[in-house]
Amino acid sequence: MSADPTLLLAQAQKITPPSIEYSSLSPLLIVFAVALIGVLVDAFATRGARRVIQPILAGGGFIAALVAVAVLHGRHAVLASGAVAIDAPTLFMQGTILVFALLSVLLVAERQLDSSGGAIVASAAITPGSKGSTAQQTSADMQTEAYPLMVFSVTGMMLFVASNNLLVMFVALEILSLPLYLLAGLARRRRLLSQEAAMKYFLLGAFSSAFFLYGVAFAYGFAGSVELGKVADAVGAVGKNDTYLYLSLALLAVGLFFKIGAAPFHSWTPDVYQGAPTPVTAFMAAGTKVAAFGALLRVFYVAFGGLRWDWRPVLWIVAILTMVVGAVLALTQRDIKRMLAYSAVAHAGFLLVGLAGTNTDGLRGSMFYLVTYGFTTIAAFAAVSLVRTSDGEASDLSQWRGLGRTSPLLAGTFSFLLLALAGIPLTSGFTGKFAVFQAAIEGDATPLVIVALVCSAIAAFFYVRVIVLMFFSEPLAEGPVVVTRPTLTFGTVGIGTAATLVLGVAPQPLLDLANTAATSGFVR
Amino acid sequence: MNTVPWLTILLIVPAAAAVVVAALPRRHATLAKQLTLAVTLAVLVLAVIATFAYDPDKAGFQFGQSYDWISTFGISYSVGADGISLVLMLLAALLVPVVVLSSWNEVDGEAAGGGRVPAPTAVPDRGTPGGSAGGAGPAVDVEGIGPVGGAGGAGGAGGVGGGAGGATAVLAAPAPARPVTFPPVETRGEAETPGRRSVPAFFALLLALEAGMIGVFAATDVFLFYVFFEAMLIPMYFLIGSYGPVKEQAQRSYAAVKFLVYSLFGGLLMLAAVIGLYVVSADNLGHGTFDFATLRQMEITPGVQKLLFLGFFVAFAIKAPLFPFHTWLPDAGAQSPTGGAVLLVGVLDKVGTFGLIRYCIPLFPDAADYFAPMVLGLAVVGIFYGALLAIGQRDMKRLVAYTSLAHFGFIALGVFAFTSQAGTGAVLYMVNHGLSTGLLFLVVGFLVARRGTRDVGAYGGLAKVTPLLAGVFLLAGLSSLALPGTNSFVSEFLVLVGTFTANKPLAIVATCGIVLAAIYVLYLYQRTMTGPIVHPENKVLHDLSLREKLVVAPIVALIVALGVYPKPLLDIITPTVTATYADIGKSDPAPTHPAAAHPVATQPGGHS
Repeated sequence: MSADPTLLLAQAQKITPPSIEYSSLSPLLIVFAVALIGVLVDAFATRGARRVIQPILAGGGFIAALVAVAVLHGRHAVLASGAVAIDAPTLFMQGTILVFALLSVLLVAERQLDSSGGAIVASAAITPGSKGSTAQQTSADMQTEAYPLMVFSVTGMMLFVASNNLLVMFVALEILSLPLYLLAGLARRRRLLSQEAAMKYFLLGAFSSAFFLYGVAFAYGFAGSVELGKVADAVGAVGKNDTYLYLSLALLAVGLFFKIGAAPFHSWTPDVYQGAPTPVTAFMAAGTKVAAFGALLRVFYVAFGGLRWDWRPVLWIVAILTMVVGAVLALTQRDIKRMLAYSAVAHAGFLLVGLAGTNTDGLRGSMFYLVTYGFTTIAAFAAVSLVRTSDGEASDLSQWRGLGRTSPLLAGTFSFLLLALAGIPLTSGFTGKFAVFQAAIEGDATPLVIVALVCSAIAAFFYVRVIVLMFFSEPLAEGPVVVTRPTLTFGTVGIGTAATLVLGVAPQPLLDLANTAATSGFVR
Repeated sequence: MNTVPWLTILLIVPAAAAVVVAALPRRHATLAKQLTLAVTLAVLVLAVIATFAYDPDKAGFQFGQSYDWISTFGISYSVGADGISLVLMLLAALLVPVVVLSSWNEVDGEAAGGGRVPAPTAVPDRGTPGGSAGGAGPAVDVEGIGPVGGAGGAGGAGGVGGGAGGATAVLAAPAPARPVTFPPVETRGEAETPGRRSVPAFFALLLALEAGMIGVFAATDVFLFYVFFEAMLIPMYFLIGSYGPVKEQAQRSYAAVKFLVYSLFGGLLMLAAVIGLYVVSADNLGHGTFDFATLRQMEITPGVQKLLFLGFFVAFAIKAPLFPFHTWLPDAGAQSPTGGAVLLVGVLDKVGTFGLIRYCIPLFPDAADYFAPMVLGLAVVGIFYGALLAIGQRDMKRLVAYTSLAHFGFIALGVFAFTSQAGTGAVLYMVNHGLSTGLLFLVVGFLVARRGTRDVGAYGGLAKVTPLLAGVFLLAGLSSLALPGTNSFVSEFLVLVGTFTANKPLAIVATCGIVLAAIYVLYLYQRTMTGPIVHPENKVLHDLSLREKLVVAPIVALIVALGVYPKPLLDIITPTVTATYADIGKSDPAPTHPAAAHPVATQPGGHS
């Protein structure tokens, strides 16, 4: 490189700022602005006011962004000098993330469940066992920073699925992850477990981010650009250094597999799902999965689409491993949140099966599955948070014994959700599974589908075991209490359950939507 | 074409009623029962009218309806009836009201049925007819005198507590300390609110099951069939798990889970085949479809056919069940409430054999041909294995379940013999088996309700005490062993004759199975009904009540009527079965039906 200072100066002066179509970025911008306002509110509003303003602000922001997404439908463009892609799959995922975020805000804002109010700790900085740590158990306060953190995380998720540039994708990954690490440590009860979860999540997450970043570097080394389209072009060209290419693909995949919780990068899932406050777990389980899958789809389909015959076998192995690990380990769990965590791992495997079809049907199926799974899992975690003992949630499975006798409505709803997770017909879980498996068989991945079905049968066993516990066992004398006051959580459970039923009985409209999104495809 | 959407009506009425009944509060138990009975009787009437509206000589499906459901996957809500499905729907519609009536007191099992309990039988351990508190009998032996006092006391309080009293007694029996320490109000509250069995829920489950059964037979869209096939499991699962024998909590949840997991496993294999079928249709026709009529005209390469056939076959073989896949049946049969067992073995399991003749054979004719020897082998093994195990059982419900295994062997034999005689016999056998085994389960249920145990050893000499019950028991048994003059004889004879023309050795071997049938039936009858009365408790048993007579009367009448004059059913069944076999190129020496309606589907590989 010649270091002629005048030339550099001349170049610098010629740089024109990229034209940014603010209208097309409006969903992202709205959510980002809401996050910033949230920080300001937290700084200036009084304690009581914060607890009212913050959820309304966050919820309002999500709704506004959702409207913006709806208005943008049909956009198909690369914006901001190739940094962001707005296309039908992006908008579909962004909308999905926003809906799930909205449902999760209801859970975070819940104050009726815990006698002291809310699942979020009063003051996260007080370490367990130190002075004031018992007082904060009963404090009616809450760390209201949780809301802006959540909104930031949603910003990251929305950018993650929209990024058309590996570097932007990395930034988005960090924006979505860092707030989640914090949120995981904010549980009011069982502080140590929560902090352990946050720590584990942070360390492993940082590790996987590094993998991702390293992959980005190799991609640049290979293609001379971090834009997905240019990487794809370079993949198509001959005479490049293939070593960099495969290293890049492998490292990027590790980072993304970590986020979706695919084996063997799933080990954080049970601990974090268990330790995090249940509303955050619900948010993570649904939202992160959509975001990470959106990014995964984009990277694999757009940047490395030309290599599909190379990554397909890897995907097969990861999918099989994920399903088997998720289904088998879930069998041994005694804690309901851990069980749902392993079930989330298994479901990540089912999603990968759809991806292994490497066709438009797979894209459609995966997107549909993400929606169905998100609704069901949020509702399931919300239902878990309703069953309580004096010491917080009754998350140990043995405490759920006989719940079908004592509170049939909750137990019935939860059973329905479990059956949906197991994939029984007339629930959304079945339609989703059908969509991905159909895509996989269409894409010549029949053996993978057989494995997936066997894993579904194994998985059904542990879901059914919970139903057995709830309905066919005698209730405990000192059993948990089910909160029956009408609360925000009821809203989330209700909406999630209704969506699970409707998407099982009449999935056509959503399938049409996903189909339109999938056939219009990713923009490059 | 008939314009009345009979099948949709038959489907919607019980489904809607299930929702209504489920929404009833627990205290409206009687209302729930009455409503359920009324609805199921209405369904029966509708089914009978539909049968008269059905024209057996018309080819193809009747009462057909088709609406797009999930058009992305070519799934439609399509229903239609042919001769085979119509008679099975009729069977389901008949058995459900019978079961409702027979389960009248089984669930709440106490004071509500007080009218039935004669005064002299005030022995505390058998105060209830419902089988639930009847279980208190063994508890007396095990736990000594304490619980008896407790139960008796609570039972006495039943005068105050009304319906709750008996349930309290049930709860109290295992833990004698509880009724003493608990204030009466609380005990009663516990018995009523979280109480172990909600009556409306039970009847809602029965109605949901009926809707599922109608749906599974009526569906002419493979996907819709699959949906009903799986969805039906859930009500049955809860019937076994929640309403099985009170005392055997561990066993009944084990049985329920085993039933569900076995069926789900088979169902998931079938799902793979269903999706595979869809993909094949998409490759062949350019657009994927699940429409049965379209699919059966499709050419599928033999290799693919074999795989798809196995997917369907294993699911049906688990459901039916055929020999190596049967182990869930004795558990599920024994742990079901009586009504559940009748429907499980009488109708639900027919879905398996129905699937074989409806889906496996027409869709995959080459594969059916290829695998027929294996299926026939399994069928004959099942006939003997089931019969031998039945002879060795002491648990009466398990015994009846094992006899069913033998009967399903006969049905599978008839289906895969590929002659219209055997096929017609097999379909008729499905109906007859529903009647005879259903009656056997009902009578066994009556006995269990009286004595609280399924053990054969607890009975003996009952024919002297309860002659009517013994008579019905004998008739059910004779029908089960296919005595000439009873309904099963006609079907078994048709199956064996039809098989004989196709495969002589197998037919001869299978015929020997009838001898074993005579042994298990008569041996059971001998141990329970004849001889001296060994147990003094049995001396005070009462004979069939009016309700029980009403329950058994229609089945008894049909067993005799169909034994003497099976023509109406045969007229409905024969054309469809003949057409099915003709369609795949299997015609009898003298075909009764004009040549294949779908020349495309005639496989070159089929020999006649």
